[in-house]
Amino acid sequence: MSNDEIRARVIKTLSGIVPELDPSSLKPAVSLRDQLDVDSMDFLNFLIALHQEFGVDVPESDAGKLGTIDACVDYLEQALRQRTQA
Amino acid sequence: MGEFLMPRLGADMSVGKVVEWLKRPGERIKRGDIIAVIETDKANVDVESFVDGVLEKILVEPSDERLPVGTPLALIRTEAGAASAAPTPAPAPAAPPPASAAAAATPSPAPAARAPAPAVAAPAPMAPPAAVPKATAAPPTIPSSAVAAGPAPPPTAPAALRPAAAGERVRISPAARKRAQELRLDPAALTGTGPQGRVTLADVERAAQGAKAEARPAHVDTAVARQLRMREAIAASMARSKREIPHYYLASTIDFGRSLAWLAERNAGRAVTERLIYAVLLIKASALALREVPELNGFWIDNRAQQSEAIHAGIAISLRGGGLVAPALRDADKQSLDELMRGFQDLVKRARAGSLKSSEVTDPTVTITSLGERGVDAVFGIITPPQLALVGFGTPLERPWVVEGKVMPRPLLTATLSGDHRATDGHRGALFLAAVDRLLQQPEAL
Repeated sequence: MSNDEIRARVIKTLSGIVPELDPSSLKPAVSLRDQLDVDSMDFLNFLIALHQEFGVDVPESDAGKLGTIDACVDYLEQALRQRTQA
Repeated sequence: MGEFLMPRLGADMSVGKVVEWLKRPGERIKRGDIIAVIETDKANVDVESFVDGVLEKILVEPSDERLPVGTPLALIRTEAGAASAAPTPAPAPAAPPPASAAAAATPSPAPAARAPAPAVAAPAPMAPPAAVPKATAAPPTIPSSAVAAGPAPPPTAPAALRPAAAGERVRISPAARKRAQELRLDPAALTGTGPQGRVTLADVERAAQGAKAEARPAHVDTAVARQLRMREAIAASMARSKREIPHYYLASTIDFGRSLAWLAERNAGRAVTERLIYAVLLIKASALALREVPELNGFWIDNRAQQSEAIHAGIAISLRGGGLVAPALRDADKQSLDELMRGFQDLVKRARAGSLKSSEVTDPTVTITSLGERGVDAVFGIITPPQLALVGFGTPLERPWVVEGKVMPRPLLTATLSGDHRATDGHRGALFLAAVDRLLQQPEAL
């Protein structure tokens, strides 16, 4: 799966949690929490939705690594690559 | 035959709009079935039936007309109604709030005590609202950040079928009562400006004008208008609270370290779908502490405190775009943390999607709010009338703390209590906060 495809699916997944999200104004390197008023319940639901979308279960210890869109894409890209190689 | 009336889904709700009927004439209705969607100033609410029967006739089709609480919306033929041998129940007494499951089993007039606004006028005893589906009891959940809310959301009254007599126990002048009847306004939904909150003729006329003004045409009913109405509803509830309730405020600093460590360990081995957020611990600890200090759990009705046996935690949930609601996590003290978590998630999702059930918005016996997501140290909330207390939590922050004579960094959390001084004193409030602290030191026992 390409980086762009992962990014598009991450943003689509996020839109399910934050319906008012405007993808064009999303800043990929800025904290989701800060720019979208995402709280811990939203974030947990986002992780659950990512799990459903990509089949990647983000461990609790890694949750903090998915704070921005860029970080999410990088994390998922790596996780998917490792899964393919395994 | 019973009338399904415009329910009052908040202490200060005076009008509502029929958005959709989910049952059609001739269709059988079971207690707990959602039969209509009603729009209040704060949200769309799925209104449940509290009787078994058949939807005989719809009197009001969905429209943009905002109708006063108590307006007949449909006719429901009930088993009891058909066998009209059943005596008409006396006007709702000053019954205790519809909180306990035990009370729910009592086939008496719906406990409209909190806010005597009938949802259904029926000729025979109806099951009280608490008997409604224990939907929340099954899969409950709770988020931590979503519990972000300052002022507690307006409380709601049972949206239940209720014997015809509406508005009893309301302080109202004879002339005002007569005029309210002419205008088909529910006296219980009116704000009284007379002595001791007595509803005057002027109050009735003012409410009538207000209801007309709120009957906005569809094209005006924009998101902005809805926001305005929500602010108006919150303003009315909070102003009433500050006007009527002599608040006292207490705060306590809690070492949250053990809870957070336990939570991290527990979550570490779990799939993302099975994790907890710390707000669930706060809710459970608060609910258990209320068992120890039950005077804080219930309502102020008819100039006296009425404790609730059941502990239905109203969880303040901030809505996207502004405003908040505080639907109930029923029997929060009896649910496991996993159950609370599921219920909390479900409530947040539905609250933000505008699909709460009437019983959820009418049942809270206490409100719990947390602004911990945004770095707030402490929340000194405003009690949601007619509740007796509001529990608040700030952000757990690592700070210096003295443990066994040594200063060390610990995640500290400020828990607060806003109490109604008519019902309790600071001493009881302090015992409550001490209990919350003690319970959070043993998270594995929650």
